[in-house]
Amino acid sequence: MQGLEVEGMEKAVSAAALKNDLQTSQTGGLEKNSRLLSEPEERERERKALRFHSMSALYRKEMADHISSKRFVIILAVMAALTVASVYGSMTGIRSELADSGSSMDLSNLFLRLYTTSGGSIPSYMSLIALIGPFIGIILGFDAINSERNSGTLNRLVAQPIYRDSIIIGKFLASATLIGVLVLCSGITVGTAGFLFSGIRPSGEAVMRVLIYLLYTVVYICFWQLMALLFSVFTRYAATSALLSIALWLFFAIFVGLLAGVIANGVYPVNTDYEQSVNMIHYYNLNLGLNRVSPYYLYSEASTLIMDPARSTMGYSYAQIIDAYTGFLKQGRSYLSLGQSLLLVWPHLVGLIALCFFAFETAYVGFMRQEVRGN
Amino acid sequence: MAEENAIIRTQDLTKAYGSKVAVNHLNLDIKKGEIFGLLGPNGAGKTTTILMLLGLTEPTLGSAMIAGYDCTRDSMRVKRITGYLPDNVGFYADMTGRENLRFTARLNGVPEKEIDSRIDELLERVGMTWAGDQKTGTYSKGMRQRLGIADVLIKDPEVIIMDEPTLGLDPEGMREFLQLIKQLSIQDGRTVLVSSHQLYQIQQICDRVGIFVDGALAASGRIGDLGKQIASEGHYLLEVEAEPTDDRFLGFLSSLSGIRDISKEGDHFIISSSRDLRTEITAFLGTNHYTLLHLRQKGGDLDEIYRVYFEKAEEKEKEDRNARLGSGRHGKGRVRGSAEK
Repeated sequence: MQGLEVEGMEKAVSAAALKNDLQTSQTGGLEKNSRLLSEPEERERERKALRFHSMSALYRKEMADHISSKRFVIILAVMAALTVASVYGSMTGIRSELADSGSSMDLSNLFLRLYTTSGGSIPSYMSLIALIGPFIGIILGFDAINSERNSGTLNRLVAQPIYRDSIIIGKFLASATLIGVLVLCSGITVGTAGFLFSGIRPSGEAVMRVLIYLLYTVVYICFWQLMALLFSVFTRYAATSALLSIALWLFFAIFVGLLAGVIANGVYPVNTDYEQSVNMIHYYNLNLGLNRVSPYYLYSEASTLIMDPARSTMGYSYAQIIDAYTGFLKQGRSYLSLGQSLLLVWPHLVGLIALCFFAFETAYVGFMRQEVRGN
Repeated sequence: MAEENAIIRTQDLTKAYGSKVAVNHLNLDIKKGEIFGLLGPNGAGKTTTILMLLGLTEPTLGSAMIAGYDCTRDSMRVKRITGYLPDNVGFYADMTGRENLRFTARLNGVPEKEIDSRIDELLERVGMTWAGDQKTGTYSKGMRQRLGIADVLIKDPEVIIMDEPTLGLDPEGMREFLQLIKQLSIQDGRTVLVSSHQLYQIQQICDRVGIFVDGALAASGRIGDLGKQIASEGHYLLEVEAEPTDDRFLGFLSSLSGIRDISKEGDHFIISSSRDLRTEITAFLGTNHYTLLHLRQKGGDLDEIYRVYFEKAEEKEKEDRNARLGSGRHGKGRVRGSAEK
């Protein structure tokens, strides 16, 4: 109680002082004012410079570390194989589809099919990335903090004039940059290769769609990197955090879907015809809502909406569907326009970014509170 | 006495983890330019103290200042002028020694132009020029410690804090390493705080030491002064060997007044007493036709100082505990035992 009073009084006093300062600065002219402000300002500038210095040093080091590491070679090889395989697969897929349906095939957005078509036994680029992407994120993040702690470099690092959050941010940014570069390179390669080999020319809209899709992919993979980083803060061994990350990925990719079905069926049973006629819509909405907890589902849904505008009318609330349909009718088209697609997927992006923030904040708070000592 | 030029100062510095008090009202004054040895057994709270000095953990109570900056609130400024060589220092194994140093230099905002020349100079100084381009994953423990010194020096610190720096070094490496630490103080005028439980090694280079037991400073000062202090407080330790070693001799020894403990170590008797017994013993041996083979008054060396203070702190703790327990079952005997002193 007393403490509060004192604090309150101090505030009142400092407010009075501030008022005084303002008055003197108004009356006393500019010179006095600048003198009053200069010291904290300078300190602030100094702090910012320091933050930038140390963070950029760490960023450069992390970057160099990643690029010269063996695991980066593996990531590159995987990405290259994935890109080449999916280009080959989609080309065979499109070719056989053309041969089957002949001139009746819908040729709109053919360019996008380079990313969405599976061919032979090879899945589409989109599903391959959704599968492999998280692993790339995890590989880049799972030992970020705990390996430094175990090798005794972390306590040397935190004893340098670097803010602790700069350590996490620097590490995140370095990995995020690599993820961005990798995803863009591979995504653009698919389009370019498709264009060169098949002569499918992209429209401006298709290019926009691809870029937006790649942006989602980067955010999605960054989420997995952050999750791995989070585990690396809280676990002692790199292997533990890698296993936890992979377990979480499996949970989101496979079990959330199963669980959502079971739970939705428990709440709104759809086992008999009667139940179906009464509960179907509730069951469906609940099932979808639960599924959307999973970043894997969010990402898959968003990428389908962006990349497969003709097929994607599944899985939205009524309001959204009506919105989108009125959009169709106005424009007289059989698929979602870019604007309509974006309207449907922006919540997904917000959701993914929110998940990223959640992972980052938890890692950040955990790391700030940890005591770093030798071994 | 040296209030004015204390560069490291702690006031009632306390750190508690739950109910366990790791550091207990520590008051420390370390003068500019001296080598101060923080000595104590493992788990005495040395590392915790160092972490608080670097602002890496917050004190529960009290404050620590380095060069006038508060270690908790102004930790960035403190870290800029303080070099820290942690216990079991590690480097990025995939980077060479030079690259590791360059990274530290950049973190500290050393201008790019100066970095390379400074690295060369420091590698030369710690005798590691030959290994500067090897990956640090191949380094031995001793090499890592030397690189650690270079790593600390690259920011040109005023204060250097080392946590158990001599652990795991071979005797030759140890000697050279201590020489290096000594130079930091004498040539460069830097203040060095060394924590260790290896008394003999640290004794050679410290200007002053603090004996740290169970989170509290049991004693601090110059080693010589501490030795005198112990003697004046009545802690004597005498080594005697005489021929023949019979019961009569032992009987005489135990009949002397002020004897605290007699034990046998090899052929020597070790006599712990509260006064100087040498005259009486030699007189007895002379008149009874014994041959004196060995007589040495121990004390004054760090090991002895350490032992005494460690025992004292333990006894004090026991007393405190007993006082808290009041007239507990075992309380009386122990209190009496330590009161005899």
